This record gives sequence, C-alpha cells and structure tokens, in this order.
Amino acid sequence: MAEQRRGTSGKRWTSVPRRTFLKAAAASAGAAALGGMPGILHAGLAPAYPKGTKLHLLQWLNFVPAGDKVFLAQAEEFAKQMGVEVTVERIGMGDIRTRTTAAIEAKSGPDIILIPNNLPHLYADGLADVSDICEALGKEQGGFYDLARANAFAGRRWIAVPQFVYSWAWNYREDWLKEAGWTKFPETWDEFREMGKKLKAMGRPIGQAFGHSENDPNNYVYALVWGFGGYEVEKDGKTVVLDKKGTLEAIKYNTALWKEALDESGLSWDDASNNRAFLAGSMSVTGNSPSIYFVARDKFPDVFKVINHAPMPKGPAGQFYQLPTLSSAVMKYSKNQKLAKEFIRWYMAKPQYEKWFEVMGTFAIPPTKVWYDHPVWTRDPKLTVFRDVIKDARQIGYAGPPGRKASEALAKYIVVDMFVKAIQGDKPEVALKWATDELKKIYGT
Amino acid sequence: MNRPTDPVTSTALASPAVTRAALFGLTRLRRSTRTERREWLLAFVLLLPALTMLALFVAYPFARGIRLGMLDSVVGREGQFIGIQNYIKLWYDSIFQRTAQNTFIYTACATFLKLSLGMLVALMLNNLIGFKRLLRASMLLPWIVPTVLSTLAWKWMFDPTFSIVNWILYHLGFIQVRVDWLGGPVAAITSVILVNVWRGMPFFAITLLAGLQTINPDIHEAAAIDGANAWQRFWRVTWPLLMPVTMVVVLFSVIQTFADFQLVYILTGGGPANSTHLFATYAYQIGIATGKLGEGAAASLAMFPVLFLVVLFQLWYIRRGEGGKGGA
Repeated sequence: MAEQRRGTSGKRWTSVPRRTFLKAAAASAGAAALGGMPGILHAGLAPAYPKGTKLHLLQWLNFVPAGDKVFLAQAEEFAKQMGVEVTVERIGMGDIRTRTTAAIEAKSGPDIILIPNNLPHLYADGLADVSDICEALGKEQGGFYDLARANAFAGRRWIAVPQFVYSWAWNYREDWLKEAGWTKFPETWDEFREMGKKLKAMGRPIGQAFGHSENDPNNYVYALVWGFGGYEVEKDGKTVVLDKKGTLEAIKYNTALWKEALDESGLSWDDASNNRAFLAGSMSVTGNSPSIYFVARDKFPDVFKVINHAPMPKGPAGQFYQLPTLSSAVMKYSKNQKLAKEFIRWYMAKPQYEKWFEVMGTFAIPPTKVWYDHPVWTRDPKLTVFRDVIKDARQIGYAGPPGRKASEALAKYIVVDMFVKAIQGDKPEVALKWATDELKKIYGT
Repeated sequence: MNRPTDPVTSTALASPAVTRAALFGLTRLRRSTRTERREWLLAFVLLLPALTMLALFVAYPFARGIRLGMLDSVVGREGQFIGIQNYIKLWYDSIFQRTAQNTFIYTACATFLKLSLGMLVALMLNNLIGFKRLLRASMLLPWIVPTVLSTLAWKWMFDPTFSIVNWILYHLGFIQVRVDWLGGPVAAITSVILVNVWRGMPFFAITLLAGLQTINPDIHEAAAIDGANAWQRFWRVTWPLLMPVTMVVVLFSVIQTFADFQLVYILTGGGPANSTHLFATYAYQIGIATGKLGEGAAASLAMFPVLFLVVLFQLWYIRRGEGGKGGA
C-alpha cells in the first residue's frame, strides 16, 4: 500500500496512470474487499451491479458551465465502466434545500445530493455515513481544510464528502482605482473606506449586496464582523456573544461606508446583480468569485484587461472569510448506497477531480490540501489570490460548532439584516440588540 | 356568479362550497319524498369523486399540517408532541410579527387597488363600442401569463442598475437619481403590491364586467329620466346591484392575496430586512430553509383563522343571496 501511494504522490499532477491511482484508492479505502469499482478494475472481474441499476445525482447548475460538461462526461464514463445508468440532474442552487427536504421526508429521490454550505448538518439524520470515503480521501490528498471538514463532519462521522469551496476576493477596476489615487488595493478596512469615498465621488462606488440571496451578502457581513472581532457564539455553541464591541464597530463602520462609499441600491441586490453592474461599468469594486473575470474574458475584453483581484482588508482582529461550500451526500434512504459511494470516490479521485478542477479555473477551491501547488492557481497571476482565502475561512456560527442552529441563523439572514437595519436608520446598538436577541432565541439562551 | 371562474383559487373555493352542498343534501335527504330522495342520492353520488379528491388533496394534508404544527419535527427526524409551543415561539418572534403586519398591509392595499382599478376598467369596457373583444382579451394577459414568468420580468424592470422603469422616468425628466424599487422597506412592499395589482386586476375587471352586463339597462334609463347624473347612477344603481358580485370577487381575492407566495419569493425573498415577508414566504423560510418542519407548519397555519373567517363570511353572504335577492 505504501508503495502504491508513493506512486501517486511522486508525480502529483501530470501523469497519474488511472489504474495506479485506483489501486491506491482501493487499498486505502478498503474498497477492494467490498467489491467496489476500483477492486473490480484491479481484479478484472465483471461489475457487481445488476444490469439496469440506476444512480441519480442531484446537483447545482454550475456557474462555470464547462465544469458541468466535464462532470457529465465523467458520469457517463463511470456508468459505462460499471454497467449502470447514471442520471445527473442539475437545478438552481437555491432549490436544492427544497428538494433535499422533500426527498428526506418522502424517503425517496436522488441517491446523491450536492448540499451547499453547512446544510449537511441540518439533514444529518437523513444522510448515510461516508467516513470511509473521507478518511481515505484525506489521507490520500493531504488532509481537508478546516472549513470543508466543519461543514461535512458531524462529531463522530462524516455526513458528506466535501467537493469544493467557492473562492472569493474583491474584484476591482485597476484603471479607476488608479484615477482615484490607489495603485494598490487597500489592505485595511480604514484604507478601504478612504478609497471608497473617492470612488463614489467619481460616480463609481463599491458594490455590495445586502438582500436575501444565498452567497454575496453573507460573504461580506460575516467577514466584516469577524474582522472587527465580533462573532456569534462561544465554543460551547450556547452562549451568544454577538453583542460585543467588535460587532458594534463593524455595524458603525458599514453604516458609514454605505453612505460614503457603497452603491446605495445594494439592499435589493441578489447574487447576480453585482456581476452585471460591474461588467456594465457602473461600479469599480465588488466582492465575488472569479465568475465576473471569466465572463469578462469571454464577452467584455475591455473590462477584462483592467480587472484585478485582492484579498479581504484586515480589521483590528484580522482577516477572515465566509465561503460557501458544496459537499456530496449519500442519502440514507437510497437503495444504492454502495454504488453511490463508489461514484463519489470516482469523481473525487485525483485523475477525475483534476480535470474538473482545471476547467473550474480557480472558481473552486478543492477541499483537500494536496491541490495547493497546482499550476491552475499560478497560470494567471491575477487569480492566484483566490487560492489562499480558504486558510482564513471560518464556518458559520463561529466559534460554536457547525450544526442546525448555525444553519438556522444563516437561513434567517440575522447577521445580514442586522446591517440592513442600521443602514435603514436604526441605531447600531438597536440593530445589534435585535440580532443578539434573535440569535439567543435560536441558540436557546 | 357563485361558481369560481378563477383556476388559481378553485381548490380553495370548491372546498367550502362543495362540502356545504353535500351537507345540505344530506339534511334534505332525511325529510323528502321518494323521488326527491332519489335525486339527492344521485347528486351525492355525483359529488363523491369531488369529495374524494378534496379529502385526499385538501383535508388530509390539512390535518397533517395541524398535527405537524404541534410537533417539534425537523427534517429527517420524527418530532415529539409539544402542544402549542411552536405558536408561542412565533408569537414572540420579531420577524413573525413583522410578517403578520406585512401580510395585512399587503392584502388590504392590494385588494383595495385591484377593486378600484378593476371597477374602473370594467365600467370603461362596458361602455366601449369598438375593439371590445381585442381589449378584453389583451386585458386578461397579465392574469394568464404564469406568475413566475411575469414576476421575473418585473424583477428585471425593478433591477437597481438596469431598470427600464427608471430609464423611462429619467428620460422623461421625472427623476434625477435612480429609484431603488426593491431597496427601501416602504419602496419594496409598494413595488410588491404594485405587481400583485397588475396581475390580479384583470380578474376583478372581467368578473365585474360580467356583473355589469347583467344589470338591466332599463333601470339606468329610468334613473337618467328621473334626472340622476352619471355619478349618482353609479352609486345608487350600479354599485348596489353589483354588490353581490363585488363581494364574491373581493373575498376570493383576499384569500388569494393573503396566502401569496410566488411574487415575494421571486422579487425579494422577503428582504430587505424582512420588510416584504408574508406568512407563506416566512413559513417556507422556517420550514424548508432551516428544516424546522413543525415550526414552519405552525407559521403557515397562522393564516388559517383569518382565512377561515373570510370563508365563513363568504358562505354566509352567498347563502343570504341565494335565499333572498338572488345573486348576480
């Protein structure tokens, strides 16, 4: 086993013979003994699944369509090799919750669901144990990042296999920043505000969403609270401590920033609004994944030339990120759990995963550390910044454990709405008290 | 005009009406002659499929909903009985309080506007001479386009950056800075109401128009000969005669608007800061987004007392009409 693993890690990226890798995976996962696909290939046996076996996977409609193309091709290949039928169903990210809830309650539906963020904890009782896959994957690929683990590991068992973490950075227009006197993107929140003032005075403000949408508003507000030293609960997962000086400072800062530097239509933005507005040239800075950059590359060459990316400014307490994740969960009700696990093992294994990761081009941060030195990150220096954000990422409900309560606070947009209330004219103290009270109701204190 | 013409509300409407008819039938069955009895039996048999459908698709889910509202169920886990604790929790929930307030404002404003504008359009159409068919058909468009589609179009029209409404207002010189239609708390609920009115008004107009056409022109002529002007003729003749139709339409609409979901879900998701959440969207957020099925069921059942009163009133009114003056 040791020899085989050396075989895969010696030449990490370019030419891992699939068979070698599969042998390694089989050995480490103990899959050969279970008669799984790697074992089958290794032993040259016929597939162990009856003809006509169907596997159904439900996932999001990828923001990077090329990523879906690769994934679908891989699913087809898997199906062919195993002699089974694999259906990949793709729906909007926001609808995954509804489908998952319905499926678990009805005890029927897809065998695998790609579940966003910390929601696997919400559905923990309906998800099969995938510890064997994750432990093998962790060993094989240099261990999981904390955030990926937090969202998919429930105390004693893995309830999902992290697939990737969304990358995030400030997207900015180099040309307009230069006009405002900034040759470098600000490194602290104070500088950020100064820059924003000038940009807004020029009619090109900073854009930030504050509506009830899945990603953008949370990415920003949590990072801001953490950067100023606030957080929701203590480690015990019970004591709500949002009502701290740090949070109050963050609210005050943001309310001032709103008037001085932000685009004042952000209250009604969804996750796509800033992409469109940035590409249309109505603002100069916005936080996002590299999707704006990719669209600019294909359709807005003039904008593409002048976009760059920068990390989160530092606050008094440091620099943090809230990043969405996606994890593959095998449903407990599924009658094809063994095959489902086999499929996840297959697409998470290096040869397959690498192809997908390359196409996703820095949009997706792999959950394991082995990909850190992959050339994808350095091919375009403007995208390298997206690689490191995961190191400073915290889970929702920090410093408490991820779980149902943290999910509820996120789903109710408590932290987002705290900022919105202050923007709409509530005193920062009043907004903070409201949010703290709401959190206390959720955490039951 | 007792029969529902609105497919959207037909389930809600059919339910009380059919049940009532069935019960009425059973009572009559006891004290009737043999022929009559046979007729009622036939009626009952004919009603049976509808009753079965209602039992399966309305009564059963409803009973399940009530039960779920008293459990602490979360997704994937069978809950324990906790009585009315879910309701108590909601009562003290600031977002729920806001939601209740929003729902009443939304329903009241939207219904009032739909009635006023619908009446206006109906009167105009009734007095129209040419292009009758074309105008009536085109007026119904907002109502027959799937709500999700038309609401998405509205979302684009309200887009903070690319709003065509803003573009037009700006170029006509009405505004200097762009209006954030879904941004402020007042602006957001106003915009949502606006879309609801746009969508629901044709239903009012077409139904009221049908009512208007049943009013005998002789009465109008008589009133005119007696020296009543147009305004007096409307208030003293048209409005009272149209009252039964108006009541029915308003009540249908209240039920529909009160339980609205799609518009808000698509336009704002309940934001900003919960200023547009309605019972249905908040119930969805609790039940689906946070997986607290029991609490979500309780939140959606909170609508029930209000809707129940509306239905009672509607039944009472229709029955009164049947027994006395007759409907429209």
